[in-house]
Amino acid sequence: MAKLALRGVVKRFGEATVCDGIDLDVDAGQMVCLIGASGAGKSTLLRCINLLEPIEDGEIFLDGEDISVPGLDPHPVRARIGMVFQNFNLFPHMTAIENAMLAPRRVHSKTRVDVRGEIESLFTRFGLADRMQNYPDQLSGGQQQRVAIVRALAMRPDVMLFDEITSALDPQLVGEVLDVLLALKAEGMTMLLATHEMGFAREAADKVCFLKDGNVIEEGPPSQIFDAPQHPETQRFLARSK
Amino acid sequence: MIESLPKRILTMLKFVPITCALAFMSTSAFAAGHCAAGKTLTDGKFTVATGNPAYYPWVLDDAPESGQGFEAAVAYAVAEEMGIAAADVVWVRSSFDEAIQPGAKNFDVNMQQYSITAERDQVVDFSAPYYTAPMAVLVGPGAVDTAPTMAAIKDLKWGAVGTTTAVPKLYSVIQPGSDPLLYGDTADVSAAISANQIDAALFDLPTALFLSAVMIEGSKVIGQFSADSSENPDQFGMLMEEGSVLKACIDDALAALTESGALAAIEAQWLQDSTGVPLIK
Amino acid sequence: MTRREKYDAAQRRRSLVIAASSTALVILALIILVPMAPGWEKVQSSFFNRAVLAKSFPKLLDAFLVNVMIFAWSAPLIGLLGLLIALARDAKSPALFPLRLFGAAFTDIFRGVPVILTVYLIGFGIPGLGLPRPWNSPYIWGSLALILTYSAYVAEIFRSGIDSVHHSQRAAALSLGLSERQVMRDVVLPQAVRNVVPSQMNMLIALQKDVSLLSFIGPVEIFRQAGVFKSLLANFTPYVGAALIFLAVTIPATRYADYLMAKQKRERR
Ligand SMILES: Nc1ncnc2c1ncn2[C@@H]1O[C@H](COP(=O)(O)OP(=O)(O)OP(=O)(O)O)[C@@H](O)[C@H]1O
Ligand SMILES: [Mg+2]
Repeated sequence: MAKLALRGVVKRFGEATVCDGIDLDVDAGQMVCLIGASGAGKSTLLRCINLLEPIEDGEIFLDGEDISVPGLDPHPVRARIGMVFQNFNLFPHMTAIENAMLAPRRVHSKTRVDVRGEIESLFTRFGLADRMQNYPDQLSGGQQQRVAIVRALAMRPDVMLFDEITSALDPQLVGEVLDVLLALKAEGMTMLLATHEMGFAREAADKVCFLKDGNVIEEGPPSQIFDAPQHPETQRFLARSK
Repeated sequence: MIESLPKRILTMLKFVPITCALAFMSTSAFAAGHCAAGKTLTDGKFTVATGNPAYYPWVLDDAPESGQGFEAAVAYAVAEEMGIAAADVVWVRSSFDEAIQPGAKNFDVNMQQYSITAERDQVVDFSAPYYTAPMAVLVGPGAVDTAPTMAAIKDLKWGAVGTTTAVPKLYSVIQPGSDPLLYGDTADVSAAISANQIDAALFDLPTALFLSAVMIEGSKVIGQFSADSSENPDQFGMLMEEGSVLKACIDDALAALTESGALAAIEAQWLQDSTGVPLIK
Repeated sequence: MTRREKYDAAQRRRSLVIAASSTALVILALIILVPMAPGWEKVQSSFFNRAVLAKSFPKLLDAFLVNVMIFAWSAPLIGLLGLLIALARDAKSPALFPLRLFGAAFTDIFRGVPVILTVYLIGFGIPGLGLPRPWNSPYIWGSLALILTYSAYVAEIFRSGIDSVHHSQRAAALSLGLSERQVMRDVVLPQAVRNVVPSQMNMLIALQKDVSLLSFIGPVEIFRQAGVFKSLLANFTPYVGAALIFLAVTIPATRYADYLMAKQKRERR
């Protein structure tokens, strides 16, 4: 059974259909990459999975449980799904470690003392040990994005969603963030990424899905998608993004 | 409140006004050679300022042109004495601030129960007094049983109109136990008594009697201070521009009216007999 | 020094000299020309009278303590009520619709009525219903009038502050599993409040001045005290004295608010 499964997910903004019946499986421990042109609906799909947007039709299953039932309390579900954003979205009025401790304290009703040890070790693991007491505006983009990842991981999520987390970074900072993803993959984290980093997707992904106009046009292992794309749209997209 | 005072309340007054006894006989503007000639704001006219609104019993119905009410009657009497026809008396409205601000005035005299004080006299001119006002204590319904003694009234919660000489009197003579509250005009003091925010207020006696009779239900004038015995008796004078050339004529006119008993007659007609109000000991 | 630095320094010196000399010229003109006006002596003795100022100033200062006192207990309550109204107006759950309606009506009414009317109506009206002392005190109800009026404005400023927090902050907080209330309390509000500190400073300055409106219903604060002196001494100088005392407080406060505002602008860039 897939860790995360989407069946016929439809999302509309007024007249515009942004997700047009999307089917997608992410198995436990897999890293799946969503690629596609700007406006294809990648971010929207991730937001739907995290229940930040209600869906019009279809189902989303997390560990076999339908989390898209209308009326379901979204908060405990979101607590099980980590999400990292393109623009980091750290809370600017809190230090790095306070950012990471907020959700465990509030959602899991833990004290700072309870969670500090675990979170400090996360900071240390990702090379942020000496940055814990800094405010976001005192950190580089790469550091901020790593703090954002730590903040999501602090909730011990079942699945992590990443939405173009390197797009806002200077090229020389991209590597340090992608390294974090590789480390998480090695650990067996289930991950779904929207990305423009084709090189990284080719190297690290277990599966690549090409999205266009709210549809999964083609999916498969990176070798197939990048080296022998079947669909003409995929071919055109890859040719352009070279 | 006072502005919109309905006529029928006025009829309840004990001191029902009789038709003005003033004679509007003079026809010529100025008697030739009279001292006021050429000294007024507008030649041939005598411009008198009153409050906005003007209050009973000083002016009736806020209509000074009628000559009804104490100050209105005095104004016409003074005019007549100076040889000015009633038709040539012009009324304007003014605030206290306008009366004392530097610069040209828009009136010859201003009558609004202005007490004559040495400080004010440095800035403006006052006529000889046309009325000596005893201060009186008006109490609200909750305090009508207060004895008219200094000791008893000291402990009341006090109020007054902040722009009157009642304020220094309040502080120096009564010396209340708690800080008094001060207001912008009589209407606000009435509201405060009605709301039971203050027990007592200090007014000149005619105003106090009027308020207790008409404005504040259940209130009472429990006592008055002897006008002559207090250090500086409150005397009302007509206010004029500093250095006014008209002052001498006005003073002469007032002296003549006092001499002839006309002023006393006007007072008796418009201001209630206050002998029934006990003196505060 | 490079060529450019030398040029810039010369330019700076030049503009400094021009600014200083033109300011001096204007002040000189005022000092010389105003006293030449025909009414100057009278104006001087009735508005800028040294003896009157000396006589009234100590009592004016005393009375100003009343202003400070009323300000001191009103301001925190305004902040609290303003925040509650702002939150009520942004309440999302349908069960709280009445609260939202109330919040909207509240801000409409109290922003729409001149403060002085509110002070009169509440300051005399409610005690007139027959409350026993000390609960009918003009200090209580006058302060309430200020609190109601000002919290209507303060609430709107808080709302604009809440709106100014980027929605991605909400999304990030929600994605961690926080509830709407937790998002508001821990993430949105702290940022919103910080964003509106300069605007709220301006409200405080306005409040400091409007405390004087309570004089209409009895309290002898500085404006009333100045009025008493004015009518006793037939001189406006006490008002000038009161204005000086206000300025001594409000100018530093205004400068500080402007400084905060400028600082925030720099940080936003
Ligand atoms: N809240 C919204 N209201 C209306 N339309 C929206 C909203 N959010 C997104 N859209 C529209 O949905 C479409 C898909 O947007 P989305 O952000 O998911 O694309 P994307 O694939 O993530 O693109 P990019 O690579 O630029 O991030 C776009 O046409 C966008 O304009
Ligand atoms: Mg996107």
